[in-house]
Amino acid sequence: MSNIDQATVAKIARLARIKIEDDKLEPLAGELNNIIGWVEQLAEVNTDNIEPMASVVSAKLRWRDDKVTDGDKAESVLKNAPNAEYGFFAVPKVIE
Amino acid sequence: MTDLTKLKIAEARDLMKKGDLSSRELTEAHIAAVDASDQLNAYIVKTPEIALANAEAADKKIKAGEQKGMTGIPVGIKDLFSTKGVHTQACSHILDGFKPEYESTVTSNLWDDGAVMLGKLNMDEFAMGSSNETSYYGPVKNPWRAEGSNNDFVPGGSSGGSVASVAGYAAMGATASDTGGSIRQPASFTGTFGMKPTYGRCSRYGMVAFASSLDQAGTITRDVRDGAIMLECMAGFDPKDSTSVDMSVPNFEAALTGDIRGMKIGIPKEYYLDGMPADIEALWHKGIEWMKSAGAEIVDISLPHTKYALPTYYIVAPAEASSNLARYDGVKYGLRDVPNGGNLDDMYYATRAAGFGDEVKRRIMIGTYVLSAGYYDAYYLKAQKVRQLIADDFRQAFKQVDAILTPTAPSAAFAFGEKSDDPLAMYLNDVFTVPASLAGLPGSSVPAGLSSEGLPLGLQVLANAWEEETVLKVSGVIEQAAAFGAAPSEWWR
Repeated sequence: MSNIDQATVAKIARLARIKIEDDKLEPLAGELNNIIGWVEQLAEVNTDNIEPMASVVSAKLRWRDDKVTDGDKAESVLKNAPNAEYGFFAVPKVIE
Repeated sequence: MTDLTKLKIAEARDLMKKGDLSSRELTEAHIAAVDASDQLNAYIVKTPEIALANAEAADKKIKAGEQKGMTGIPVGIKDLFSTKGVHTQACSHILDGFKPEYESTVTSNLWDDGAVMLGKLNMDEFAMGSSNETSYYGPVKNPWRAEGSNNDFVPGGSSGGSVASVAGYAAMGATASDTGGSIRQPASFTGTFGMKPTYGRCSRYGMVAFASSLDQAGTITRDVRDGAIMLECMAGFDPKDSTSVDMSVPNFEAALTGDIRGMKIGIPKEYYLDGMPADIEALWHKGIEWMKSAGAEIVDISLPHTKYALPTYYIVAPAEASSNLARYDGVKYGLRDVPNGGNLDDMYYATRAAGFGDEVKRRIMIGTYVLSAGYYDAYYLKAQKVRQLIADDFRQAFKQVDAILTPTAPSAAFAFGEKSDDPLAMYLNDVFTVPASLAGLPGSSVPAGLSSEGLPLGLQVLANAWEEETVLKVSGVIEQAAAFGAAPSEWWR
């Protein structure tokens, strides 16, 4: 059975890059345990030699000629950016 | 003067063709109806100027003899579809202020044929919900109320604004999307016709992604014929979506022959749930009788892995969502929240904490967990294998039958707050719709009767992949037999 504790919730939150306040960790652990505990019923299904299904349509992707069909629209790409400078997305400082 | 907002798409099309109605008249009536529908909270953005410009162009097209099915028809667009220069946020705060620089293929197809955009419609945040209660813009109210009651009900979800606008005479049709039942379940709750085509029939280009292997666009209309007309316009191959399938789109309206003689209709025994409300089971039986009277043969079938569809869905969909929603990080568009003196990482954490609602966070967390090292095989890979078994159930069934008939949802519309504190209770709403979504099959919900409280109930029709015509044909027969004449009381107008 699943046993998601507060430390696991904190770890998942870090992987998902979502800040979760400390007092929310415990209720969230309860909710996630409920849901994960419920989906664990899949363990009773025999899936030996069953191919996992990733897509309902043919897995083979279409090919096309290696030609540029789109692009050269930096302005358009940056139009919705919270902050853009010199034709780039601008973000808080990463390197001191 | 008749109320133009009560016209069906097919009726308006025919009147415009004869020159007895202009798109401008029709559009003006609908702009007024949109304004009068504020209490429903179906529209989060109104675009009357665009609508009037579209109508003018449509009237020219009609005069020039270039009328198509959707020319001049006022529609609402679910906030999930990118509309160039117009608010597109999938009703999430994290896309704050986002106005796409491009148009989704589905809406492009509508505008190319001359359809008229009334505005953007409310929905559950990122289509994650079954009651429209997770929208950043507040819940939508169901136009329907129980008999002798003034209490409000949820419209279902995630396409809550789509169904409320159509049931509430504030759009002749609306775009919608289905990941696990987001077209069919709300259609059932509001007495509207919901049509979800085969995965790959409509392009996903420009649709805000939730779970890419499941997401599929579809329609909400007031009857089956209108659904056929609207879907035909929206569907079609698109090289910009790698999962779009290169097949020609049939004339869907022509499928409505009303003739299902000799057709085999499957009744899956696994859809009889313990504790299913009596009115829903009774309606299902009625549906079976209608099929027989129309000359179809009823075949008892088994879809043995049905009970595993919901848990499978709640691994696959959150897993795909956690990956898809990783793009909302405060860098490229939408909300950015940087704590004082914070660095790039702090910005990611704060932006995503402030931008996503509780249900979206919950699903991202579940998805992250089931994909994380050490759990991938036990959860995600296992779910993908069970998904194969569920799809195989349908493959076997469609060797025996042409279509499958079930109830759409296990209940009628419920009250606000009734299920929102219990994620599992909310998830169970999709018990009848999720299996076909996992298998990528086409399906509909047809208004077929009323609950003991006087709220609408739908029946679900499913068919094999690319058999939308079968779904529509059977839906048309149910519609005719049910003679669903009930309508909401228009308290919001």
